[in-house]
Amino acid sequence: MRTFRFAKIIVAFIVGIVLMQLLHACTPGSQAADRTRLTIATVNNGDMIVMQGLSSRFEEENPDIELRWVVLEENVLRQRTTTDVASQGGQFDVLTIGSYETPIWARRGWLRPLNLPEDYDVNDLLDPVREGLSSDGQLYAVPFYGESSMLYYRRDLFENAGITVPEQPTYTQVRDWASRIHDPQNGVYGMCLRGKPGWGENMAFLTTLVNTFGGRWFDLDWNPTINTPAWQEAIGYYVDLMQNYGPPGASSNGFNENLALFSTGRCGMWIDATVAAGLISNPEQSNVYDRVGFARAPIDEYANGSNWLWAWALAIPKTSKSPEAAERFLAWATSKEYIQLVAEENGWVAVPPGTRTSTYENSNYQEAAPFASIVLRSIQSADITQPAAQPTPYQGVQYVDIPEFQAIGSSVGQTMAAALTGSTSIDQALQQAQASTERFMRHTGYIE
Amino acid sequence: MGTLEMTRKNSRKWLWAVLGWLVACLLFFPIFWMFLTSFKTEVAAVATPPQLFFQPTLENYVEIQARADYLNYAFNSVAISVGSTILALLLAVPAAYAMSFFPTKRTKGTLMWMLSTKMLPSVGVLVPVYILCRETGLLDSRIGLIIIYTLINLPIVVWMIYSFFKEVPKEILEADRMDGASTQQELRHVLLPLALPGIASTALLSIILSWNEAFWSLNLTTADAAPLTAFIASFSSPQGLFWAKLSAASTLAIAPILIFGWFSQRQLVRGLTFGAVK
Repeated sequence: MRTFRFAKIIVAFIVGIVLMQLLHACTPGSQAADRTRLTIATVNNGDMIVMQGLSSRFEEENPDIELRWVVLEENVLRQRTTTDVASQGGQFDVLTIGSYETPIWARRGWLRPLNLPEDYDVNDLLDPVREGLSSDGQLYAVPFYGESSMLYYRRDLFENAGITVPEQPTYTQVRDWASRIHDPQNGVYGMCLRGKPGWGENMAFLTTLVNTFGGRWFDLDWNPTINTPAWQEAIGYYVDLMQNYGPPGASSNGFNENLALFSTGRCGMWIDATVAAGLISNPEQSNVYDRVGFARAPIDEYANGSNWLWAWALAIPKTSKSPEAAERFLAWATSKEYIQLVAEENGWVAVPPGTRTSTYENSNYQEAAPFASIVLRSIQSADITQPAAQPTPYQGVQYVDIPEFQAIGSSVGQTMAAALTGSTSIDQALQQAQASTERFMRHTGYIE
Repeated sequence: MGTLEMTRKNSRKWLWAVLGWLVACLLFFPIFWMFLTSFKTEVAAVATPPQLFFQPTLENYVEIQARADYLNYAFNSVAISVGSTILALLLAVPAAYAMSFFPTKRTKGTLMWMLSTKMLPSVGVLVPVYILCRETGLLDSRIGLIIIYTLINLPIVVWMIYSFFKEVPKEILEADRMDGASTQQELRHVLLPLALPGIASTALLSIILSWNEAFWSLNLTTADAAPLTAFIASFSSPQGLFWAKLSAASTLAIAPILIFGWFSQRQLVRGLTFGAVK
């Protein structure tokens, strides 16, 4: 008898929660029951927030669709969406994924192939970006914005030092310039580069550096080629440059930290994503907005892999419950009309860059964004099929398009950060990275 | 002699007080700094050297409110943490009662086993739990999270209540049984009033743990059932400055639980020292 009393209380409690749940579900959006609900998973960056703000226009034009947003930090988003898609949870209708995941997920059959309407003008998308989001010639995601990497410098400091920067600098020149403008007494450091460990942080930059110094991640049989002269030279250059002319604590600086340093006038030079160009030219976010110079990412001996290629794109998982509505949203959010809409609302400098040729041909955009031509040429020169001087079994400039790369890249990133702080020597770091990557590749069956 | 000893005693008391304050300030500093940062502009938030004096602004709070519906997230947090705490207590009180007053030879083992479930990293069971939730339709629902949080906190709740029950002298219970009290009456009129401070502090701890839990709330919710941890996560940005907005979001997220904790502070301390001062 008495034991049943407790069971009763528990049952009453659960019934109570169920009722509360039902009540809550019924009250606000009951009239929306006949509308299709699209759940969109996205990252929190400027362009995505602009899209979220403008999405009410889409809902006005498509009264049968209701949008729900799930905004997460990049790595959390990756884990969250991977779990859902891999276990077929069906929680999302539109995913924000990068050019690294798109081909991997497409090969696994997790994404719906896209068949966009004629007036969408697929051929207007920049070729390298479109190819990066395709698998076997079929498009699986549409770019929301695309980026490469480039060199930013402080025009005022360079003029004082009597340096003129060509459009295509070399890494030898960069070291010389860094030594001439380095002025730590006045809080200006010659060069700011990523040091924070992570496959998408320091390894993104370091992979481009290794590429242009003639190295690669793997040979054609998937043997790691990290402990090689090209890597030694590249990492040696990096550590030397940063220890002599970098800001203190560089091993904890990622994109955001360097952005903050550059916008507060602490960096003489900075090599990073082209998307920063708009941010450091914005008077509201930058103290040096009127003194920024732009150039292509520096090269050493091999030019193609010296600047990366990345795109944040929208894709539809196979498990989406409303793929037709999702496709309508995709087409809207990446269309020429959307870019026009952003330009009208927030000005041309705020339009999502790196996606469409028509944006770069627009004279309004060229005027608002003086860096546009360099960004366009950088993106066009990035070749994901030939990232390194020697042939590679993988695609991707600053990443390797296998699922294991996240783990490998992050682990190697740790050893490189250790080399940067000086807690291990460069030789030791490369030996360690080589050994751990070899072990990893053996475990996953790439090599014997 | 006497005065010297007095001063010595006094100075030692002072030393402890100063040390206590120092530790308290050290622990509170990050929260204070977060609070301060939430009133800075994004550029001021990352300025080196850090600024202690600045022109405060409310723009972060305004923008956060424009971007996300705080109240909806807060409602979910309250519903989930309170719901899971009540459910955990309903299960844990009878369990702890049985184990502390009618132990068998397996009781110790059972207790250890319950605790051992806490040692499994959550991510290890992510996919099975996700699939279970998918099959039962509990993805992105408050009930799903209430069940998960109840199960996560149950070992701690049982252990705490078990130890509080252990403090109650067996003789009191024997006495009430002599007077003919039923188990029901014994629990309600004798045991629960005696152990109330302990149960209250267990409940508080369980609420705080559920409030702060981020792994499952981020992984099992999308929009409908997302609590404040998901709200905070949405303000961290891969590209662009975000510290000031993130601080403002975090301040908003911890404010309710901080105020709640403040008011129940005495209860909490009394419960935690329950055994010691008996």
